[in-house]
Amino acid sequence: MNPMPASEAMVFSPAVPEIFLACAAMALLMIGVFRRSDESRTLSTLSVATLAIAFVLVVIFGREPARAFEGLFIVDQFAVFMKALVLIGSASAIVLAVRFNANEGLDRFEYPVIVVLATLGMMMMISANDFIALYLGLELQSLSLYVLAAFRRDSVRSTEAGLKYFVLGALSSGLLLYGASLIYGFAGSTGFDALARVLAAGAPESTWIGVVFGLVFVSAGLAFKVSAVPFHMWTPDVYEGAPTPVTAFFAVAPKVAAVALFLRVLTGPFGPLVADWQQVIVVISVGSMLIGAFAAIVQTNIKRLMAYSSIGHVGYAFVGLAAGTEAGVRGVLIYMAIYLFMNLGTFACILCMRQNGRMVEDIEDLAGLSKTHPMVAAAMGTFMFSMAGIPPLAGFFGKVYVFLPAIEAGLVTLAVIGVLTSVVSCFYYLRIVKIMYFDEVVEPFDRPIGREVGAILWATGLVILLFIVYPAPILAPATTAAASLFGG
Amino acid sequence: MAIGLAHYLTVAAILFTLGIFGIFLNRKNVIIILMSIELMLLAVNINLVAFSTQLGDLVGQVFAMFVLTVAAAEAAIGLAILVVYFRNRGTIAVDQINLMKG
Repeated sequence: MNPMPASEAMVFSPAVPEIFLACAAMALLMIGVFRRSDESRTLSTLSVATLAIAFVLVVIFGREPARAFEGLFIVDQFAVFMKALVLIGSASAIVLAVRFNANEGLDRFEYPVIVVLATLGMMMMISANDFIALYLGLELQSLSLYVLAAFRRDSVRSTEAGLKYFVLGALSSGLLLYGASLIYGFAGSTGFDALARVLAAGAPESTWIGVVFGLVFVSAGLAFKVSAVPFHMWTPDVYEGAPTPVTAFFAVAPKVAAVALFLRVLTGPFGPLVADWQQVIVVISVGSMLIGAFAAIVQTNIKRLMAYSSIGHVGYAFVGLAAGTEAGVRGVLIYMAIYLFMNLGTFACILCMRQNGRMVEDIEDLAGLSKTHPMVAAAMGTFMFSMAGIPPLAGFFGKVYVFLPAIEAGLVTLAVIGVLTSVVSCFYYLRIVKIMYFDEVVEPFDRPIGREVGAILWATGLVILLFIVYPAPILAPATTAAASLFGG
Repeated sequence: MAIGLAHYLTVAAILFTLGIFGIFLNRKNVIIILMSIELMLLAVNINLVAFSTQLGDLVGQVFAMFVLTVAAAEAAIGLAILVVYFRNRGTIAVDQINLMKG
């Protein structure tokens, strides 16, 4: 390991939010165990409060770029931005689950605790500056997510989703590790700073091949985690089988964290290899956009539809990464922020789909929603138009910010494919709007939809609607975050 | 014949490939998939330790220790999910895991 300056040797303060979250998760677990009651509302409230405190700590301790634990852990504006998104996603997933879990007989205190632990893993991933730290963060996140997917223990579908997710997730971790071991062997270090130095200095041919080989494995492992084509096959099954709030969680927080990991690994240590990984990212991006657009058309289950939609969205976000420039990364950050709010809102709508006290998941069940629940239908319509990328909603600007840098970087074909596939994807988004507004009511959904779900609907809907008039809260931090990743 | 780095890497590569094939070609039992996953992680450990000795750098061996620990946790969670699945379905044959078509 490279000698570090004494001031860097044992610094904990940048990691205070993570340390707090780890201690709080243990405390929550103890509270849950010793209360001897399965009622989870108190613990959910406490967990959301914990995440809120962690959010404040992230902002306070993230003002200055800093490293901790001998350079294994890094905090910069990029980490702060991504951690903020992850914390919003996790807190919303807990809030959305309160009522659902109570109604479905899943009212167990473990749910919020596991979400907090998964969030801790994601924050470690985002701040990792070394392959060891990356792997440990990734595994803490993944192991928590396997349990969450199988959270409904008495359901075949949920446990099957957990099993599939576990097998493919473990496979992807293995691929990632194998790549990390090759990179360590050929470049001589696991630290991102040292790797960047070695690769920027220009290594001999034999080293280069080994490192590129390792990078391919690492990219494959990470592509699994963001569910990008060709490693997307687990997504529809897991999204369909897992309980709906868990699916909402899967669709936002882990995806944001894994995209952050992708950005940091590719632009940081492997920045000098941009010519090598750019083609890979272009292929992944085109594949994801095509599968996301065409495979979603035939779906009848709304959660499966959202799975394909999320595969497509990863493809669009990677258009910005493929550009490999600061503007491109900024586009990815903005895209992921908008994606987070759109998805949370859509899943809040899906959680309203209850008939006679039980959940329904078919798209056809939405028929005539505008007559029975005009507000929910309006919100769902807004999110669908935004996902399809129709101005003046936020989703349109997300796409603009990733397609423009790609065109500037000379990837015109990629941008054109992106626009065409988003036209195709309009079909299934607008079909939902058509079913909600023009089909006849078969059976109305239950009322009321619940305070928590309503609050999330309002908040996310306002973010999507108001982005055009007041984009600064997302644009400004995304700009500084992208600059910090490029050493600005 | 001296055993060099290349030999270790070859063994690790063969084990890793066996692990991947074990996951995809096996149609019988999920337990075999769990064993294949362990095989992949062990191949990675051989790689890490061989590189660590070659480079004269301890980080690789530290990494291998962490991989072992996480592999144990992973196996525990995997088996737990498998037990829950078996209770619901009464079988752990791989070709029966097809309730949802992907």
